[in-house]
Amino acid sequence: MAFGKKERDALYDPIFNNNPIALQVLGICSALAVTTKMETAFVMCLAVTGVTMGSSFVISMLRNNIPPSIRIIVQLSVIASFVILTDQILKAYLFDISKQLSVFVGLIITNCIVMGRCEAYAMQNGPWLSALDGLGNGLGYSVILMATAFFRELFGSGSLFGHVLLKPVTDGGWYTPNGLMVLSPGAFFLIGFFIWLIRVWKPEQIEEE
Amino acid sequence: MKQYSTTYIFIFAAALCLACSTMISAAYVGLRERQDENRLLDKQKSVLIACQKIKTGEKISREEILKRFSNIEAKVIDLATGKYVEGVDPDAFDEDAVEKVPAPKNAAQVLEIPKQVKIYRVMDGDHLGMMVLPIYGKGLWSTLYGFLALDADGNTVRGLTYYQHGETPGLGGEVDNPKWKNRWPGRKIFGEDGSVKLHVIKGQAGPATENPYEVDGLSGATLTSRGVSNMLQFWFGKDGYGPYLDQYRKNGSA
Repeated sequence: MAFGKKERDALYDPIFNNNPIALQVLGICSALAVTTKMETAFVMCLAVTGVTMGSSFVISMLRNNIPPSIRIIVQLSVIASFVILTDQILKAYLFDISKQLSVFVGLIITNCIVMGRCEAYAMQNGPWLSALDGLGNGLGYSVILMATAFFRELFGSGSLFGHVLLKPVTDGGWYTPNGLMVLSPGAFFLIGFFIWLIRVWKPEQIEEE
Repeated sequence: MKQYSTTYIFIFAAALCLACSTMISAAYVGLRERQDENRLLDKQKSVLIACQKIKTGEKISREEILKRFSNIEAKVIDLATGKYVEGVDPDAFDEDAVEKVPAPKNAAQVLEIPKQVKIYRVMDGDHLGMMVLPIYGKGLWSTLYGFLALDADGNTVRGLTYYQHGETPGLGGEVDNPKWKNRWPGRKIFGEDGSVKLHVIKGQAGPATENPYEVDGLSGATLTSRGVSNMLQFWFGKDGYGPYLDQYRKNGSA
């Protein structure tokens, strides 16, 4: 299990250079849905990262034996199994959060990042590299999610991880919560800003006209 | 590219399905007990919140929930007759599986009424302290599910909470706001003529002692507020807990 340049690239590239949300614009649906609170966003990040890493690893192990004619459905079966497993574990150990995440854990199955990595990377690379790539992409997703959730919870509810920092007027404080941040479109604007910032920092990500 | 025979493809698919389903079944069986317990605890927690035995936002351990719940007994009632159903174990009672009848057209947009409902009786020593009744109905976007805690007099509200809804955060979602929920205790549901009089108004309603039949509206959420009023109208009317409360008043402790 060497950790050379190739491994480093597999792990770190997806975080900023090839971010699944910011560059590939995948996985937006859940990024809008679960980012009102940092706590739920964090658990969602763990779930997605776990599923991406696990399924990339398994698919890579099987890659030389998967008949190409049924490869997509094989990937989907593996991903779906991991997602159900994750959902069951959350229901058993983090019940409150799993209630808030509701259908979005199940919808990890449809998160394009997971299947995208299986099809684009794990089918061609070894298990160790694929697992790192899955982990990296999960982390890339997490970076954007946590940043979005940070701003949404702070300005939308006046708190971070549930700790009240700006006491809202509805609870007798002074802060008037920003309604836009609580609603999904708020996340849309924020993610737009992040994409812009990353492209200012790394101009090579800007598409050719 | 390697060529695969049809037989191989079938065997591969079958083996994969077997492996995946074994893994899922194992997880399901292994974790089911914990999940069932979580679901039960969650329900008990909502009941406790409704009767104000847990402050909102209070972190509470499993043991503490069980302890506070120890003087609460669940009972299954028949809605139409208002009588307790004997021979049904309340712990094994499944709300989703119970037989339902179509509801008459109502403003709360309840389409079907369950024949039997599980309610909770909070005992205060050896007599009834309050009862916690499940209610639900349409708000603006979603159906709101909650519990209303009623005093032993069968009229005074002791608390209200919604444990599931999909109203707009910050507007209708303010049904979760503890400050709003604290406006409820002390209000009276029934007017002197026996009809449901309690409703949510626009603006401020003042303290319960001066204005027992009105509750502050949620600002910016007229339709959710109206939904809450409609829900009370329906569930405390003749199709809801009306017969049960009649029985209760007639027989005293029932």
